[in-house]
Formats: sequence, structure tokens, C-alpha cells
Amino acid sequence: MSTTVANTGTEVKTWGGGNEPLRASYGKMMMWFFIVSDALTFSGFIAAYGFSRFKFIETWPIADEVFTHVPFLHGQELPMIYVAFMTFVLIMSSVTMVLAVDAGHHLNKKKVTWYMFFTIIGGIIFVGSQAWEWATFIKGDYGAVQTRSGNLLQFVDAEGHRVAIRDFAVADSHAERTQHERKSGLWFVNEGTLPTYTVDEVVKGLEANEDILVRTELLDENGHKTVLSRSESIQQLKNNGKLVVEGANLHVNEYGAPIFADFFFFITGFHGFHVFSGIVLNIIIFFNVILGTYERRGSYEMVEKVGLYWHFVDLVWVFVFTFFYLV
Amino acid sequence: MAHEHKLEIFRGALKFKSNIQKIWGVLIFLSIITAIEVILGIYKPEFLMGYVLGMKALNWIFIILTIVKAYYIAWDFMHLRDELPGLRRAIVWTGVFLICYLVFILLQEGGYVHDVYSSGFITHDF
Repeated sequence: MSTTVANTGTEVKTWGGGNEPLRASYGKMMMWFFIVSDALTFSGFIAAYGFSRFKFIETWPIADEVFTHVPFLHGQELPMIYVAFMTFVLIMSSVTMVLAVDAGHHLNKKKVTWYMFFTIIGGIIFVGSQAWEWATFIKGDYGAVQTRSGNLLQFVDAEGHRVAIRDFAVADSHAERTQHERKSGLWFVNEGTLPTYTVDEVVKGLEANEDILVRTELLDENGHKTVLSRSESIQQLKNNGKLVVEGANLHVNEYGAPIFADFFFFITGFHGFHVFSGIVLNIIIFFNVILGTYERRGSYEMVEKVGLYWHFVDLVWVFVFTFFYLV
Repeated sequence: MAHEHKLEIFRGALKFKSNIQKIWGVLIFLSIITAIEVILGIYKPEFLMGYVLGMKALNWIFIILTIVKAYYIAWDFMHLRDELPGLRRAIVWTGVFLICYLVFILLQEGGYVHDVYSSGFITHDF
């Protein structure tokens, strides 16, 4: 490992420099320092997620109902499949990274180049999938009504399958209003995007459709959400319904407690940002490999150091995968 | 650059001929674990829904499998297996100790806040 350091001529002396405590070079040691501290940051986030989850343990959304989409397969409920694919892509790109490191040990420039290239491609596929997952999550699926206390009312048919608000709400063309913009009225007042339907329209739709019931967030002892009876459904919606929610943002989300969406955006976003910076580092190293920088240096240790970071990103994803999608 | 790789996994039960073979072997092992997780996650077998130590048995399985995966990523992909025991311990035990502490505090408090909510005099459902 000593090949990256210029010799000082005093190597024989203990304090003469060129020593490598724990037989790891300076750069590698610093990468491990960073990884350990970053691991603590991530575990702080995931533990905070656990805190909120334990706090709302009886009403937490069921991950299998939230992440059910796969690109190009519209309208099919396929929980886990896409995220399993993403996990596999990331592990696979980790493998090509180790292979690049291994080829570096044999000073095989051509192989290192190709393996680095595949690693970068894997990273890009992962970040792209992440973006798609976010877009789907933000756009939403069925819609829900938020009550005055901030709880959610979702809608199911007699068999317990989810029903989208757009499929039963009775639109009232007289109640329509346009979103207020700064240019068309008070210039100092802002308004967010309006929901497609008002609560009244949803109430009318519920009254008109005999077989639609309201589902609350509360989990029963079997881990299923509680479905109200027909009369309770109408009463609950009429008395407490306040806002129609479609999709998710940092304030509201149609899947469950708003803090669930907040943690989802924050933790997967922070991880996605790590993947992104990993890709940038990999590209820099990739070009250095092509230019022959490490060939001339006689050591591909830089590939190994960036590789450590890349594996760490994979390692974090393994935990995010478990705590967001499985548990 | 002397690189001695330790080529055995599962405490020597499986020995590979070269480092590259070991990498592919570990990939296959990690893929199998992920596949088991995904299958359990989709079907959620009824007999694993019982509670063990305050958590569903299925969730314990997920967490243990995750730690197994983390172990093989760190040991074989991040070459911790080839590092000196001192470096390995400094990295692993620092994290393990601090994370256990953090998780204990936060989950304990989360459970406490939940109890206050559910046994308090204020309704949160209106």
C-alpha cells in the first residue's frame, strides 16, 4: 500500500513517516472514519423513523399498500417487486465495483475501466428508479379525506378493495373554483394546488354509492385497517371530513400519517443524494482510470477508496429497504 | 502490493479458489437472502405473525437477515475480512454500541409517547 506515498528517506525510524497504523493507508483510514460517522447519521434518521412509528404504532400505514407500482404495469398491485429490483441493481453494481477493485490489484486497466463503467450505469439505473418511485408516491393513487384531527379516511368497496375518490365522487360543476394566483388578485397571498374534489362532492358520492365504506387508519389485532359500517362511514365523513388529499407532500399524504411521507422523502432522499454523489465520484475515478493516472501511479488504491464509499451506500440501502418496505 | 485475500466464508465451510469467485459466491448468497425477504414480505405467512419479545416473528427474521446481509457486504465487498482485527473492531463495535444505544433510547421514548397518547384524556380522533 506504500506505493502512493512519496518516500522521505526516513522510513526506518518510527516517527519518520510512511508508517501505516493498522496497515491501512491514510486515505483508506479517513474513508473509514467518514463511513463510520455517516453510518451514525443514517442510523439516527432510521431510529427517528422508529420513534415516530412506535408513537403511531396503531395507525402506521402498511408499506405493502403504499409501494405497489411497477413501471409499465399500470393498475396492477405488485408490492415489493420494483423495490426488490432496485435492491438487486444496487447489489449488482456493488459487485462490479469489487471486481473493479480486484482488477486494480492486478493493474489491469482495461478491466477496471469496464467494471467502473458498469458500476456507474447501475448507479444511474438506481437513482432513476428512485426518482420514479418518488414521482409515483407524490402523485398518489386512490386519494383520501383528512379529518379535522389530521387522521385519514380512505375508501373501500364491500370486499375491502380500495376505491379511488375519482371513481365515485359526484362532481358539482357549480362548486368549482380556480386556484388563486398572485397575478389574479391579492399579490401577497399564495394558495397551493386545489384538490380535484371538495369534501361535499365526496360525501355526495358516498351517499350515492351503496357499497362504498370508509376505512380508518386504525389497525386491528390482525394488522388490517378498520372498516366502518355504512352508517358510521357517512357520519364520520360528514362530521369530520375536512380536506381531500391526493398524493403526498410534506404537509399531507393520502397513505397515512404525514410524518410517514416526511421520513420517506428525507431518508430515501438523503440516501439518493449519497448515491448521486457516489456516481459523481465514480465518474471522476472512471476518467482518471481512462487517462492512466493510476496506471502511472502504479496503484489503483483510489478505486478501492471510492469503492468503500459505494459499498457503504449499498449497505445503507439494505437497512432502508428493511425498515421502509419490509418491517 | 501484497494482497492476501481470505477466501473462506461461513467460517471455512465454503472455500473459493480465487477472489473473483468469492465475489460471485457472495453475490449469489446476498441475492438468495433478498429473495427470501421479498417472498416473505409478499406472502407474510400466518405462522410468523405471532409476537416474540414484543415484535412480530416475521419482523425479527427481516432484521436478522438484514444484519446478515450487512455483515457480508462489509466483510467481503468492503474487504473488512482482510483488514487487521484492530481496525475491524474499531469500525464495527463503535457503530454497534452507539447504534444500539440510540435505537434503545428512541424506541423506548416512542413507546412512552404512544402510551401517553392512548391513555391520556385528550382524544386524537375527531
